[in-house]
Amino acid sequence: MTRQPKVKRIHLAAHFPGVGDTTVRADPRSKPQIGFSSFEHLARTAERGLFDFFFLAEGLRPREHKGPVQDLDVVGRPEYLTVLNALAAVTERLGLAATVDATFNEPYELARRLATLDHLSGGRAAWNVVTSSDALTGENFRRGGFLDRADRYTRAAEFVATARELWDSWTPEGVSRPFAHRGPHFDIAGEFTVPRSPQGHPVVIQAGDSDEGREFAAATADVVFSGWGAGGCPPGRHRTRQSSLEAGKAFYADVKRRLAKYGRAHGDLKILPGVSVVLGDTAADAREKAAEIRRQQTSPQTALLTLEQIWGTDLSAYDPDGPLPDFDPVPEYGITQGRTRRGDTVVIAEKWRALAEEKGLSIRETVIEAGGRQSFVGTPQAVADELDAFVRADAADGFILVPHLTPDGLDEFVDRVVPLLQERGAFRTEYEGSTLRSHLGLAAPEQKG
Amino acid sequence: MLHLSAAVDQPSVYDAASYVDLARLAEHGVLDFVTLDDTFARPGLDALSVLSRVAPATHRVGLVPTVTTTHTEPFHVQAAVATLDWVSRGRAGWRLDVSTTEGEARLFGRRHAAPAEELWREAGEVADVAARLWDSWEDDAEIRDVPTGRFIDRDKLHHVDFEGSGFSVRGPSIVPRPPQGHPVRVVDATEGPARRTAARYADVALVRVANAAQAGAVRDQLRKDAARFGRNPDGLRVFASLLADLGDGEHAAEPGHGGGGPRQTAQGPLYRGGPVDLAELIASWHGSGAVDGFHLTPAAPRRDLERLVNGTVPLLQHRGLFRTFYPGSTLRDHLGLARPANQYAGEAS
Ligand SMILES: Cc1cc2nc3c(=O)[nH]c(=O)nc-3n(C[C@H](O)[C@H](O)[C@H](O)COP(=O)(O)O)c2cc1C
Repeated sequence: MTRQPKVKRIHLAAHFPGVGDTTVRADPRSKPQIGFSSFEHLARTAERGLFDFFFLAEGLRPREHKGPVQDLDVVGRPEYLTVLNALAAVTERLGLAATVDATFNEPYELARRLATLDHLSGGRAAWNVVTSSDALTGENFRRGGFLDRADRYTRAAEFVATARELWDSWTPEGVSRPFAHRGPHFDIAGEFTVPRSPQGHPVVIQAGDSDEGREFAAATADVVFSGWGAGGCPPGRHRTRQSSLEAGKAFYADVKRRLAKYGRAHGDLKILPGVSVVLGDTAADAREKAAEIRRQQTSPQTALLTLEQIWGTDLSAYDPDGPLPDFDPVPEYGITQGRTRRGDTVVIAEKWRALAEEKGLSIRETVIEAGGRQSFVGTPQAVADELDAFVRADAADGFILVPHLTPDGLDEFVDRVVPLLQERGAFRTEYEGSTLRSHLGLAAPEQKG
Repeated sequence: MLHLSAAVDQPSVYDAASYVDLARLAEHGVLDFVTLDDTFARPGLDALSVLSRVAPATHRVGLVPTVTTTHTEPFHVQAAVATLDWVSRGRAGWRLDVSTTEGEARLFGRRHAAPAEELWREAGEVADVAARLWDSWEDDAEIRDVPTGRFIDRDKLHHVDFEGSGFSVRGPSIVPRPPQGHPVRVVDATEGPARRTAARYADVALVRVANAAQAGAVRDQLRKDAARFGRNPDGLRVFASLLADLGDGEHAAEPGHGGGGPRQTAQGPLYRGGPVDLAELIASWHGSGAVDGFHLTPAAPRRDLERLVNGTVPLLQHRGLFRTFYPGSTLRDHLGLARPANQYAGEAS
């Protein structure tokens, strides 16, 4: 075995974007976003690349913009636990992570579906706990409405704790013990129908960068899916390689520092930012490709849409190739519904105007320049070096790769970058265990009760 | 056309391989579909998840999990069933059921147990809203209009604005319309409160009765009720549901069971005898027009499904009563049911 304990190992996961402006659907290689074969291809590629897990985001209502459904992005998605169970049939080791909202589900049912996935996949299930923040989504559910941020996180925390009580209610010997949970959000009792699953507890992931989100992650999560940890950047801030490394290190240090309070060790929580990668045969080639992808992702219509989301105003009279509006956004006015709004829009607008002025950018150019996630752009060697450098510098424990093409947007990375990471001992050359916990180097959960 | 289906329930089995084996066996027997029962009241995995796991490991057989409508979210349920249709490429069904006990209610802590009458009325509402949500995307809603950057035609997505007695849903669904348009809905129509919901919403109604005359009577009533609800009764298949114990040799019909016919037990009508006699019974009930098909629950899951597939099915095929191959690829194809028209097509959102 070629284990090199000196080198910090990188964790890699694959995201199936499915919706939003990460995809480039004008590209003829872009295949259906809903058919099973697309999911199958991307998952098999991730497993060929020995990735830790395959990751699906969630949205429970198509976004609406100025009335009807927003029509510039892919808006349809399958229900993810169902897809992941099907993917368990066509993969053997790959972890399978579903994003499921804690606000519009109930612990008994969700804990059962997650435990089922863990059984059927032989210990590969993960749950990304999100807390939907918009009222629009609530209109589809029995509980209706929505919760404010504080309540969303207390419900999510109690939800996870309750699920763990259920997962602990069967002994490893297969004896079911009655449970009873009484808290502010849930008052339930009975017997759980599923025996203890291979991982004991499916892996818990958290996404959400706010202070509440970080605290929640430190207290309960196994993995953080970070938006701007190592790389992305807060909306409106202009990115440089150095600033994103610094931002990543700060985020990483902040979240890991919070662990001690909960009696948890540094390695008990992995931080994996979502990033994109663009490869080229030369640095210039890669840069050109990256620019072209951003242009394709940001059509003139998409640029205006993005601006309208920040300004809260109809800007259809504006020319995407002209200057930004010179007035301030309308605060708290939701022109787009169903999308999590992050950050103070007035501050974002100010930064964008400053950026546009400094560089002489049009609306579309500004959106291209300021928007988008952290990208690693370069030759396979340069990208491997950089990913490794971010992980060694403790700006991340690894990455969730968000390809811009479905379904074969990962093929090139797996063929060209993974071998280089393996060569330098920074990435596994085979799966050493069969469960997702073992891929992530996480201990089996202690059974309570 | 005769239809056959079987249950793949296996108490205390939690690994995928056993379910895949049974479903493949059923597919080998060219059965229309397999069912997997589910309840929060006794140990067992989530049935829809199990059949999703089975989907890529099979090719033709229909997959029909039980999903309760009582403590679940209608929006999530319809999305999961639609997704089962996507991952199985048009082979999904959904057996609607209700959760009547206080014990099940305590697992959720949101409401108390309610009478079956009320729960089946709600199940009907869930069936209704599910169909609307499946239709909330028109089939050709997805476009790729590169010049305008539009990915969907927003006029082809629809709010459903459903107001039920205990829930409301605005829509549209997040899942595009599934391959079958509407996955196949199955309801056990044996009991009174369920029967009305079945007549109104089911594609396949199961009836647990011990003789052909009773089956025929229920079928007549279901068809009449369906017509009263404005449906074409030919869009409703009625299956006799029997427990099948085929362990007693080729022709060992138990004396006293009415010449080998089923007898009523606490678990439901039980057929006990050999595969040959079962073929005889199936041919005779079907021939008399009492039923469109059968749903058989093997008493010993592996053994009896094997005997059904290797014994009863070839006999029925030999007599020209049952198909020898799947002529279509979707569950609707197997059942001879048309793909439903979209109720919103042509309407502006
Ligand atoms: C990287 C990242 C990914 C997220 N993915 C989802 C998602 O798939 N579905 C969802 O409903 N919310 C998603 N969220 C939203 C969070 O769960 C959370 O609701 C949101 O960030 C607001 O929480 P906050 O107040 O902690 O920022 C994501 C957030 C981040 C940062």
